Amino acid sequence: MNNIIKKFIPQILAILFVVLIFGFLTINAQTNMDNRGIDFGFDFLSQESSFDVQFSLIEYSGSDSYARAFLVGLLNTLLVSFISIIICTILGIIIGVARLSSNYLIKNSAAWYVEFFRNIPLLLQIFFWYYAALRALPMPEKANAWFGVTYMTVKGYYIPSMVWQNLNVFLYCGLAAIVSIIVLKNYASKLRDTQGKQIPFFLYSVTLLVVLPLLSFLFGGVSLEFELPELKKLSKISYIYEGGISLPPELIALVLALSLYTSTFVAECVRAGIEGVTKGQKEAAASVGLTPNQVLKLVIMPQALRIIIPPTTNQYLNLTKNSSLAAAIAYPDLVLVFAGTALMQTGKAIEIVSITMLTYLTISLTIAAIMNWYNKKIEIKEK
Amino acid sequence: MFKIIKQLTSVVAMFAVLFAFSTETMAAKKSKTLENTKKRGFVRCGVSQGLPGFSNADESGNWTGIDVDVCRAVAAATLGDATKVKFTPLSAKERFTALTSGEIDILSRNTTWTLSRDADIGLTFVGVNFYDGQGFMVRKGSGISSTGEFKNGTSVCTNLGTTTELNMRDFFDSRGISYEPVVFEKADEVVAAYDAGRCDTYTTDKSGLAAQRTKLSAPDDHVVLPETISKEPLGPVVRQGDSVWEDIVRWSLNTMIEAEEYGVNSSNADMMKTSNNPAIKRLVGAEGELGAAFGLDNEWNLRIIKQVGNYGESYKRNIADTGILPDRGPNELWTKGGILYVPPAR
Repeated sequence: MNNIIKKFIPQILAILFVVLIFGFLTINAQTNMDNRGIDFGFDFLSQESSFDVQFSLIEYSGSDSYARAFLVGLLNTLLVSFISIIICTILGIIIGVARLSSNYLIKNSAAWYVEFFRNIPLLLQIFFWYYAALRALPMPEKANAWFGVTYMTVKGYYIPSMVWQNLNVFLYCGLAAIVSIIVLKNYASKLRDTQGKQIPFFLYSVTLLVVLPLLSFLFGGVSLEFELPELKKLSKISYIYEGGISLPPELIALVLALSLYTSTFVAECVRAGIEGVTKGQKEAAASVGLTPNQVLKLVIMPQALRIIIPPTTNQYLNLTKNSSLAAAIAYPDLVLVFAGTALMQTGKAIEIVSITMLTYLTISLTIAAIMNWYNKKIEIKEK
Repeated sequence: MFKIIKQLTSVVAMFAVLFAFSTETMAAKKSKTLENTKKRGFVRCGVSQGLPGFSNADESGNWTGIDVDVCRAVAAATLGDATKVKFTPLSAKERFTALTSGEIDILSRNTTWTLSRDADIGLTFVGVNFYDGQGFMVRKGSGISSTGEFKNGTSVCTNLGTTTELNMRDFFDSRGISYEPVVFEKADEVVAAYDAGRCDTYTTDKSGLAAQRTKLSAPDDHVVLPETISKEPLGPVVRQGDSVWEDIVRWSLNTMIEAEEYGVNSSNADMMKTSNNPAIKRLVGAEGELGAAFGLDNEWNLRIIKQVGNYGESYKRNIADTGILPDRGPNELWTKGGILYVPPAR
């Protein structure tokens, strides 16, 4: 009896404490809002937003609802996080491996890169890339074409857009290629396990991935045309490109700053991971006759990844949360559109800030869940 | 066991006390804001992060501007000293939250009076100290001379969290022109981006355009278009729920405007005590008991005029003499062809 009390009373007290604090905060907010004549509620989400957003992945105009404006902001946040995560991972792996290079120049440049970018506050870097870009980039009419058809200007990076015919046939072919690669992989491992034969699996899959979609162009009636950006005159001295896709300089500056900054942390994770695999593993693998490529792929990397993944997950989460600094340079992310303009126009501070917090929490937990699943998949399978 | 129960009761008792305390402080009282201000010894005033003519701090941290003068007038009326004001610079995004959460007691930050702000978000507008309207600034070299010449794809730089964002949508939508809004949190960032050529035009209140133009690298290369696309009555705001404080701020502003109407200014205010005109005598506290209604003494309005000056002096000092808008336009007294008209102080 006494034991049960000792065990449960502190826990009940803790729960009571949390509930009371939340209750107090809620009642306090409620009373203060009543005194000042502010209503609480989420009805505003279905009202017309009546403001426009610079850059949106979905159709959006001022006559849409606040809920849709929220979605626009959310997608923009996800877009900038997604692109930056991919770039920072690639950069991070390259720099991390470079830091272990035996070449003095490569090793030290990589070290300088890491120390430089990770020791300058991120907000400063964002401002630097944005205003440096605005100062350095040409006006649209003076821009030289990159790769013949794209234009980097102070008003954005203009690239051709794709106009598809029978896009669905192309996508089905792509899907068929992926399915056949999976089948092939199973067959290859079976062949290796039962007969000890190796087939050039990688070469086959690349061929599949190229040939099948290519066939859809020849026989499936698929066609692809590019709509090129064309210069248009707005006034005597001001021009803009029309047609194609425009990537705003705000997005580019933000992706640059976020991915360069975070890549330094990823690089350190990668270095730590590779250095964490004992030398004996490599020597043992070499002594059983594996090629250097196989040593890296089959022995070093699988063990290194176990060390790399958990801290890298943290960096991905940081990057996503850091993307909220976007508001400083007018990139219309969740914070700028929803917790900024929408909050100002509706005055629903408590509602909007809680929705925004919950959203970031959900994004972070989702990323963490995906990375945990991957971590589980590659961890040591004990038999 | 007994000990644990005792602890439990003390925790509950602690919370009970907290609750009782909080409901007691939350109960609406007659001008708690005034009481707190007197106790604190200064007026807490929210201003802009730097808009010349309205609220701007110099190198040594002295605030000047017509919005600043409203707060100084309230300090002169309630505390007897126009310098006893603590200014809090706020972005457009932060301003209303700062006021409703009780961080400041007056928001005097070129804020537009609109229905939804007045009715929805727990604010009360007390009057208008500047009649403004939204306009556009473009580069002179563009050859654009009216808003009718904007074409599809025009990029527009502006501030976050303002009526400007809504007006510009109404403007471009009604004309069927597609545009790219580039929205920054701080005014200085808007200026920097427009200056760098990111946008074809910069839109905000016309007084703001005139003031921000001075911050551009080559102010003479830019021109404000003649059209005004909206009504922007700017004025001080207070929290809802303290009607006495609301009255004090309203009549501090009205006193400045009425003083100009009757020709009372900072240098002749004392002499006006012996005026023959009862309206003037009331304005300098020599007749009637006007201050009693707010819980103030009878010379509250005299102090405003002596220490801050009348509206005309404030306008001249802050906006005309600094070259921002030499012409008073609609912000002239109703007796001189403008629309400044305040209810009589009697």
